[in-house]
This record gives sequence, C-alpha cells and structure tokens, in this order.
Amino acid sequence: MKKSHLPVKKSILSRALFTSAIIFSLCFVTSCSDDDEDPDPVVEEEVITTITVTLTSAGSPDIILESKDLDGDGPNAPVITISGNLVANSTYAGSIELLNETESPAEDITEEIEEKDEEHQFFFTPSGSVSGVTYTDQDGNGNPIGLSFSLTTGDAGSGALQITLRHEPKKPNDGSLNDAGGETDIAQNFSVTVE
Amino acid sequence: MTIISVNILIMRFFIILIFTCISGNISFAQDCNSILFGEVIDFHDKTVLENATITITGKNQSTTSDKFGKFNFKTLCNGVIELEVSHPNCRTQFITITVNGNTYQKIRIEHHLEELNEVKVIGNEQKNTNSSQEDKLSKEDFEKSSGKSLGDALKNMTGVSSLNTGANIVKPVIQGLSGSRVLVLNNNTRMQDMEWGQEHAPNIDVNANQHISLIKGSAALEYGGDAIGGVIILKPLPIARTDSLYGKTQLNLSTNGRGGNISTSLTKSFESGFYLKAQGSLKRLGDIEAPEYLLSNTGIKENGISLSIGKRDFVQGWDGYYSFFKTDIGILASSHIGNTDDLITAIESPTPLIINDFSYKVDKPSQEVTHHLAKLNYYRRFTGFGKLNVQYDFQNNRRFEFDRRIGDNANNASLDLKLTTHTFSSTIQLDSSKEFEFKLGALGRFQKNFANPETRVRRLIPDYNKYDFGAFVLGEFLIQPNLTIDAGVRYDFTRMNAKKFYRKSSWEERGYDGDFSQLIINDTGTQYLVNPIFDYHNVSAMTGLQYNLKENQTLKLNLSLAKRAPNPSELFSDGLHHSAARIELGDLRIKNESSRKISLSYQLNSQKWGFVLAPYLNSIKNFILAEPNDLQFTIRGSFPVWSYRQTNALLLGTDFSLYTNWTSKIRTNHKFSYVKGTDESTNIPLINIPAANLNNSISYSNIKWNNFIVTLESQYVFEQKRFPPNITVFSPQEQREKELNINTPPPAYHLLSFDASSKFSIQKKNDLSIGLNITNITNTNYRDYLNRLRYFVNNQGRNISLRLIYNY
Repeated sequence: MKKSHLPVKKSILSRALFTSAIIFSLCFVTSCSDDDEDPDPVVEEEVITTITVTLTSAGSPDIILESKDLDGDGPNAPVITISGNLVANSTYAGSIELLNETESPAEDITEEIEEKDEEHQFFFTPSGSVSGVTYTDQDGNGNPIGLSFSLTTGDAGSGALQITLRHEPKKPNDGSLNDAGGETDIAQNFSVTVE
Repeated sequence: MTIISVNILIMRFFIILIFTCISGNISFAQDCNSILFGEVIDFHDKTVLENATITITGKNQSTTSDKFGKFNFKTLCNGVIELEVSHPNCRTQFITITVNGNTYQKIRIEHHLEELNEVKVIGNEQKNTNSSQEDKLSKEDFEKSSGKSLGDALKNMTGVSSLNTGANIVKPVIQGLSGSRVLVLNNNTRMQDMEWGQEHAPNIDVNANQHISLIKGSAALEYGGDAIGGVIILKPLPIARTDSLYGKTQLNLSTNGRGGNISTSLTKSFESGFYLKAQGSLKRLGDIEAPEYLLSNTGIKENGISLSIGKRDFVQGWDGYYSFFKTDIGILASSHIGNTDDLITAIESPTPLIINDFSYKVDKPSQEVTHHLAKLNYYRRFTGFGKLNVQYDFQNNRRFEFDRRIGDNANNASLDLKLTTHTFSSTIQLDSSKEFEFKLGALGRFQKNFANPETRVRRLIPDYNKYDFGAFVLGEFLIQPNLTIDAGVRYDFTRMNAKKFYRKSSWEERGYDGDFSQLIINDTGTQYLVNPIFDYHNVSAMTGLQYNLKENQTLKLNLSLAKRAPNPSELFSDGLHHSAARIELGDLRIKNESSRKISLSYQLNSQKWGFVLAPYLNSIKNFILAEPNDLQFTIRGSFPVWSYRQTNALLLGTDFSLYTNWTSKIRTNHKFSYVKGTDESTNIPLINIPAANLNNSISYSNIKWNNFIVTLESQYVFEQKRFPPNITVFSPQEQREKELNINTPPPAYHLLSFDASSKFSIQKKNDLSIGLNITNITNTNYRDYLNRLRYFVNNQGRNISLRLIYNY
C-alpha cells in the first residue's frame, strides 16, 4: 500500500531537504536577527527631578534648599544643596518649586500641583533647631497644600526638615503621613544649621 | 524576511528531515494470522473483570471479556495496534500493544473508579517518564479545584507549593523551584506566557484540560531541557470513537469573594474518529475577605474558551486546537507603596492601610492578561516502525499592568508587553519492539517581545527576538520483566537578541562600559541603546531505572542534568518595578544555570495501604536568584534593590505520602514535604524556599448512599526558620537606621477544611454531583511566607463553596 509511494517521495524529499536546509540555515544565521527597527526611547511622564525650596525672611539672605536627581530611578542618589545657614529664632516664608529637568526646557511640575491641588499635599517634619512649619495656602476645599508655608527656627544648633509630597492623600487628615496615606512623589530630608 | 515565511521554512525542514529518516526503515511484512489473547484484571486485588469492552481502534473489531476476564482477537496482522478498554465502572483507556505472532497481554485496570476516581493501566500506563517522580491530580481533586487557579489545584500534590501575590495570582513551586524552572505544557504546547515574573501566574484556565499531571525535575527531556523544577502537563481527556454527544457543566459558588465560576464543555464524537469539542469558563469574584477585614481590590474576572477539532484514527490523525484566556486581577490596594518608608509603615501596621467597602470592581493596581494559543498537530503511525508527530503552535500573550497614576496617564498601563511565539516541533516514537522504545524529536521556536513605549514608563523588559532550536533522543529499555532503564540526551540552542535602552548612569554603575561597550548602537544623550546578542548552548541528559520489586512495590531512581538559559528578566531588568516598589537589577553577565538532580522514589500500593517516599538532591551550579541586598535613593525616597546574582545552590528534600484503607469506607491520607535550600558559596539559606508542611485527612465514603464522600483535612505549615538576613535601611522619616523585615517569614499556621459530595443519577447517562467545601473552617488569621502580600495583610479567611457538576 505505502510501498508504491516511497521511491518517489524519497527523491523529491531529498532534493527539497537540501534546498530547505540551506535556506533555513541562511535565514537563521543572517536575516532573522536584523530586520527589526530600533525601539523608540520612552518619554517618561510624572517625573520630578528637582525640588527647590526657597526660604525668605526680611533682613536676612534667602536660603535655597534643593534636591536634584537627574537620573530618576537610576543608581545615582539625589544631589542635595543647601545655600546657607538659617538665622536662629526667625520666621521664614517658604515656597516650593518642582521641575522635570529630563526635558529641555525643564517642565514646571509646580503648575500641575496647583491645578490638582485637592489631590496633593506636602507634609513637613521639622526636627532639631527647625522648630515648626505651618501651611500658608489652601486648596478649593480649604485644606492645606504646602506649596507655600511658614517656617520658624529655634535656638542655634543643627536641625532637619523632611519634606514629603503625597498624591491622592486623604484630605483632610490629621497632618501625619500615616493618616494621610496616598502615594509618595517626593521624600527628601534637608539637614540644616541654624546660627 | 517575514516571520511566517521563516516558520514555514522551518517546518518544511523538519518534516523533510523526519521523512528522510523514516524512509529507510519502514518494513512491510504483513502476517495476518496472529491471535491476541488478553486478560483484564483489577489493578489492586487482581480479580478478573468480566464485561469489559475491548475495541481495536480503527478496525471496528470489538469483544467483551468473559467471566474469567479473558478475551481474544483472531486474524490480526502483526504490528502495533491500539485497544480501547472500557468497563462499566472504569474510565475508558487506550492501550498500545505490539502484536507479534500469537500474543498474550494482561491488562490491569483500576475498577474502583467510584471510590478512587483514578484509572491505572499497568504495563502500558500512559506516563510521561519511566524513572522520575511523577504525580497526577485525581478526578475528584480536579473537580474540587475547578473554581481555583492552576497553582492551587496543583497544591493537592505532595511537594508542590505556590508563590502567591494574593489569592488569585498563584505560581506553582515544585520541590522549591518555580518560574522559568517550571514548564507548563498546555495540550502538548509549552506555554510562553512571561513566566519570568514573580507575579506572573500561568495563563491557563484550569477547566480547559481535565487531566493534570506533574513531573518533579527535568527528566522529561521531550518537553525541554531546562525544567530544573519540573513539568506540569495538562491534557484533555481522551475522546472515545463512538457516535456520541456529551457534555459537562460545573458551577461553583463561594461565599468569600461572593462569586464563583461556571465552566461547561460539549463534545461531539463520531465512530469515524472525528470529533468536535467546545469549552468555556467564566469566573467572577469580588474582594476577598481575611478573617478580620476586607482585602480591598482583590477581585478577579476571568474568561476562557477552548475549541478542539480533529480526527483520530489509529494509523493517522490530526487535531486543531485554539484557546483564549483573559484575566483581569485586582492587586490589593494597600500593597501599592511608594518607597521604603511606606514599606516600613505597611509592614508595621497590623491592619491594611486601605480598607474600602466590598466591591466586584477590579480597580488599579491590577493586571490584565490575554493569552491566545492555536495549534495544529498531525500524527501518523508506520507499521513496524513507530509514530511520527508534527506540530505547529502559535501563542500570543499580552500583559498590561496598571498602577495608580495621576494626570493624563491615569488610565494608561505602566507595563504593556506583547509576547508572540511560533513553535514547530516534531517527534518520532519508535515503539515496535517490546524490549526498547526510542523517541527522538526536534523543535524550532521564534519569539518576539514588544514593550510598548506608550506606557510612558521605562521598559522593565526590553524588546527582543529569541530563537530556540532543540533536539533530543530518549530511550527506554526493558532489561528484565521487572526492570526498565531509560536514558536521554537533549541539546538546546538559544539566541537572545535584544534592544534595550540603558540610562548612562545605570550602564556605568553596572560596570558595563568596560565589558560591553561594543554593544552600544545609539547614544541619545542620557541613554544608550544597546543591542546584546547572546547565544546559549545547553546540553541536558538523564538516566534512570524503574524496578518492580514485587507486584505492588516499585523503586525508581533518576539522575538528571538540566541547563537553563537566563530569562529576559534575569538579564535585562533594570529599574523600578512600580507594582512591587522595588528596583530590580538584572545582569548581562548572567550565564546559564545547570542542575544535577538525583531523585529516588519507593512506592507501595495495595488495597489496604500504600505509600510513596521520594527523597531528592538538586545541586544547581550558577543558580540565578534575586534578593533584596541594597537600597537606592531617589527623590521619591529610597527603594529596596533586588539584584540578580548567580551562586551554587543545594536543594535537599523529601516528599512523603501515605494512605490507609481502614475499612472499605474509611480512608486516611497523609502527606509531608520538606525542602532545604542553601546558597553554598555563602552558606546562607536560599530565599523563598517553601516551609515544611504536613497534611492529614480522613474520609468516609459509601457508594450505596449516592456515592457519598466526606473528608476532613488538616494542613499544618511550619514556620520557615531558614531565610537570608534582612537588610538595614535608613528611615528618613524616623531619622535612624532600621531593620527592614523584608525576609522574616511569618509564624506557622494550621488550617482545617471540609468537603462532602454526592452523585445522583438522573437519567440513564446523566448524573449530577453536588459538593460542599469549606476551607479555613476556624477562620484562622495567618500569613504565608511565599505570599508576596504577607507584608501587608493576612490570608483569606473562611470560605464556603458549593459545587454542582452535571454530566450529560
């Protein structure tokens, strides 16, 4: 039954085998790997690279606290610069600016926070000679935002200011991070000297 | 050149290769005066079985066994034939027999189907390996698992645990290993569904294939040489060659999650061997409840469809199969954390930080995965030679992971990957001799991954093309009537060709600028576009023996060597994994890992009692693992860094199971498994090794009461005392160094479960089974070491479910 087909099959097959093997191996070695276009780089969004806190007080120089992390989630840690020492027993008016410097020109993220102020809040944790922080701005519902605030210093010494930006926190909250929940967009700690 | 034309060429190549091999060997001797004498006996007590129907498939010759269990077929031609053996209390089985002159064949079947729900046919049992530790899911366990995930269904077997992300994302762990080390064969197709991710569960509807078995270890070289953990095999039930239309519908309803699933299948078969089968499932569960609180956003929506069409003849046959699976799984709301501080807060909080009202809605974070699988298969048997099987399969896996995002991207996925795979494979089985059997095969595979940049989140896995080529030879030799030896060798070639962007800072931090600078193909200013092309050559081998000491005792010994090429995650991960709040770092320098495993199994089966003792030792050279080992600072705070590294690992363990039939109605089952994993270079325990667990159950069954079965089961999971040390982190919030309890396992726990079922005949062939199942009866609070959400919440509380199975 199968006998009659076989010799025919064999000759066709061996010829086809030869050609296919050549084409197959050629393809495997060369063409398959290089016919794809290069992928496009990802245009990242929601990136905040830089937070700049400006503290002003009548009669003393402005103090700039800045944290800049140009490689985002990359291995380099943020670079923190503090322009000078704070004056003891003073009150500073503070304001915060956020930038995405991976784009050129840099994108101002502060505007986005202002637009969606009900979904955001900064939290301040002062310690040491930084004696207190109070909010001086409000969102549409009368809850604090923290883009502008007032900072008071105590006696001379060292202190720190921890600044956390949360999006979609519980608002209003009791002012603590635990109660507010939400997602952390920024968490930076600035060590300062008060003199 | 397009993929399709390449694939057609590959297929042609294989077919031609195979036919050429065959053409020299076919013999045409036809002697048609042989008689087959047979005897059908019970597997356990060796009583003869009367009234078994034996049919030669494809020949319309049929007979029944007499009161001594005997039957015969006259005027048979020499060669291989297939018998279909059915008995009123047994599931139909197909047995392949070689007729050579007057032939005697003893057929042993398990006829306590009602009690044990399994069928065993010794001698020609359909098994996957000869000497390896194997297990399969009984029909009863399968039906109990119909509403669950594949991973949960497999946990009924000794030595299988799971790596969970909540209750619905369940990755099977076999003897301590999971992920890319476990192959899943869905209807003879190796699943290509991004198994590399810790929170990527197999994209399989457990109801689509009703026969589930498991091979512990890499001995099943036919399916791949890289199954260092094991192979999970899902097959449909065989379809008998009769004119018939039948179906099965199963409904499960559960209180925890307030939902359930329904699965239905309809099969039309013909005497000619032609068949059609359609199956569909639908699952909906809302938020799961832990004993004391609701686990918000843990619902699931899942749909599956599968269609089969084919014609099965003894000489040849083909089948076409298509399956579609879609799942939309909510991920615990409170597990979405921002940075290390949030992680510390979450770990320290006794209750989850987000508890909302019950909802069926799957909100963000979530995963949405679809999987299409299509295959075409053809086989042909050549007289006096063996069986040829060729197959093409296509798979498309699309995975979206959604995170809570703001602004314009609120509804945009954070991860969007499309994985497309084409595979051609062919096997030849040479089984015409009684003393030995050979199987050889080859496969070619092309895989393409596309990572969509529209997510606006850096790609975690890059675009790549992967090429695989594999070939194997397996042999099985009957040395004595009670001793079979098997051996096999396999070669696999893998080429990974990826195109990936690296941040310049990451590229330098990894030290790639020295070793891999020639791979850079573009410089965008802040990033390099890199084109790594890596080749991996893997040789795997195995050998073993099966020795039947007495009629009911079997000893199996297996030695296997398996090699696995690194997966894309191990090579290329680079950056923040948003859904896990951790930075994952792969390494381009990672080489293939190789496992040498020795496994032993001693088995006794009798009517009164039986046991399986299965110790093993798995020594893995260049074992690839990821552990939290550092902290990386960003403007958003710090994140734990999980780096992939390679080391030499040793896994030592044992699985033990025991059953006793105290009376014909009362049975107890006991299972224990333990595995110890050690990083040999540092002598530190391996991460994520399942804790020892002990399972005891007692069941009462009575066939007279409508097949009533009631089972009470106790599961005790020990505390994992062996784990790598925690990492110390600086908490800016608390301004001090703190130990992050990221590795500390939770305490031991004990769970009780209950199941009762009965089966009622409604009409002649229709029957209805009703079952009631309660898990975590005492509503115990517990956390499991291998659940990635253990930092945040307790596991699922009590669940009462009802199942209705209607066969028609």
